[in-house]
Amino acid sequence: MVDAAASEAALPSPARRSSALRRFFRHRLAAIGMFVIAVLAIGAAGAPWLAPHDPDEIDISLRYAPPLTPGHILGSDDLGRDVLTRLLYAGQVSLSVGAAAMLVTVIVGFAVGASAAYHGGWINVVLMRLTDVMLCFPSVFLLLFVAAFVTPSLASIALMIGLTCWMEIARIVYAQILVLKSSDFIAAARMVGAPSWRIIVRQILPNTLAPIFVAATLNMANAILLESYISYLGYGIQPPAASWGNMLTNAQSDFQVDPMLAILPGLAITLAVTSFNLIGDGLRDALDPRMRERAAGAPP
Amino acid sequence: MLRFLLNRLLQSVVLLLGVSVIGFALMHLAPGGPMALYTLNPTVTAQDIERVKVLFGLDQPVYVQYLKWAGGMFTGNWGYSFFGGQQVREIVLDRLPATLELMGTSLLLALVIGVAIGVVSAVRHNSIVDYVSAVAAMIALSLPTFWFGLLAIYLFAQTLHWLPAGGTASTSGGDLFDRLRHLVLPVAVLSFVLVAQWSRYTRSSLLDILGQDYIRTARAKGLRPSRVLLNHALRAALAPLTTLAGLQLPLLVGGALVTETVFSWPGMGLLFVNALGMRDYPVLMAILMVGAFVVVLGNLLADVVVALVDPRVKLEHG
Repeated sequence: MVDAAASEAALPSPARRSSALRRFFRHRLAAIGMFVIAVLAIGAAGAPWLAPHDPDEIDISLRYAPPLTPGHILGSDDLGRDVLTRLLYAGQVSLSVGAAAMLVTVIVGFAVGASAAYHGGWINVVLMRLTDVMLCFPSVFLLLFVAAFVTPSLASIALMIGLTCWMEIARIVYAQILVLKSSDFIAAARMVGAPSWRIIVRQILPNTLAPIFVAATLNMANAILLESYISYLGYGIQPPAASWGNMLTNAQSDFQVDPMLAILPGLAITLAVTSFNLIGDGLRDALDPRMRERAAGAPP
Repeated sequence: MLRFLLNRLLQSVVLLLGVSVIGFALMHLAPGGPMALYTLNPTVTAQDIERVKVLFGLDQPVYVQYLKWAGGMFTGNWGYSFFGGQQVREIVLDRLPATLELMGTSLLLALVIGVAIGVVSAVRHNSIVDYVSAVAAMIALSLPTFWFGLLAIYLFAQTLHWLPAGGTASTSGGDLFDRLRHLVLPVAVLSFVLVAQWSRYTRSSLLDILGQDYIRTARAKGLRPSRVLLNHALRAALAPLTTLAGLQLPLLVGGALVTETVFSWPGMGLLFVNALGMRDYPVLMAILMVGAFVVVLGNLLADVVVALVDPRVKLEHG
């Protein structure tokens, strides 16, 4: 039965974990995603050493330099600032906003979803109604609305994105646990007298981990996208600090003057977000025990 | 069943109340509040501020303001714009058809294409088709919509001159063909993301089901693969997909906002962003409420459908 396989997966042995790791890396696309993220992260973290210029160094005599200009490999922007340098520093901002927002999302989402589904009763009603209410707001509307009033900083933007995006994870966790709760192996655990915290941690958490991991990586991707959009509109990271989103603020006119200036930051966003999505997909294939069964036995 | 429906309907009303409370609270807790435009402007005197406050009823206690506003919301009195003093209802409802036109066309197109791609890549799991569609879907999902829209405008409108860059119709004429030409780019951009999401969801949901023991049993019994897929798997995959359709509505509305701002599509999204810059809070609130109303209706529909098709979900009557 599925239940047997699932509860077996709930006890991770070193061998099982390493085989999940192997499967993850065998997933070529996920490995590519990991590689791209590693490159972007190293570029962002190492910006002070890797960047050829200062990110705010203005050179009016060299406005809109095309790519491959000596000293400016990727050209310069409307103020003559080095594009490569700004892309690297923008990576710091965009990636850390994404990571922080994702953490907030996962923590709040799991806490809400798990306590609502497991305890039931009025806790369930209050928490899931709150989730429902929050879900009614399209997150872009809600985010823009709040962002327009809050003084933007890296932390406030991450918090705002996290607090407007946790509902999906809460719902996934909630639905997953609702189905798990009525399954036989949970009933068995309760029957032998396991306390509820133990059932949550040992039986339920491992069985919801796969969808949480997948949702978390997707949320990271989504957070980067949201940050780029509100920064593009001018309500996010404020210039002169660079983020991939606010480098696109003048994209519409940049396309006429210097298309590369509008294309490169967008490519950086797309690369980062694609990679996180690829990693999420790889994680899913590696972590889901039922998928493993399929890979071993049943024909495709 | 009737009891369940009535129950859910009541819950939806409660939801809308919750939405209005949160929205209203947000507006008033924000620094500067609804008066930000005036209080942050140094040329406006204290007397002027007091006058404007009385004019808009902002001098009364918060709960009175809320009750007045919520009552107005239900009776169709959405207040007046801070700019020009026009009726908010007129401003917002003027923009609704354009948004619905964009959203409806995109959703329909995306549903058909997305589910089809999802089923094929789940059935041909790990094949070339699966990989290509997965990569294509993920790139589509990863493109910043606004940037993708700008790119499309640059390519198809400004460089190739095939399609108009924005708006719903040319200023000179507005025949059907002209309107359709204006619809192509925004719909393509908006549904591109939706197709990606639907194909991903369909694939993963169907894959989950296809790994179950009862599917193996059905196969072992010697049922035709097409029958296993359609009668056993796809039907079971429908439940989570329906929930996701409900969940996706806010994304659709949000995506429409982004698409509208890029293509100057005169819908509610463009209106929202314009109103945001001017802190025109009656307009912002009205759009938030209309958006939430659309989402509440969608979620209600999704829950009912899930309850109908998935016997594992217990119908708990609060």
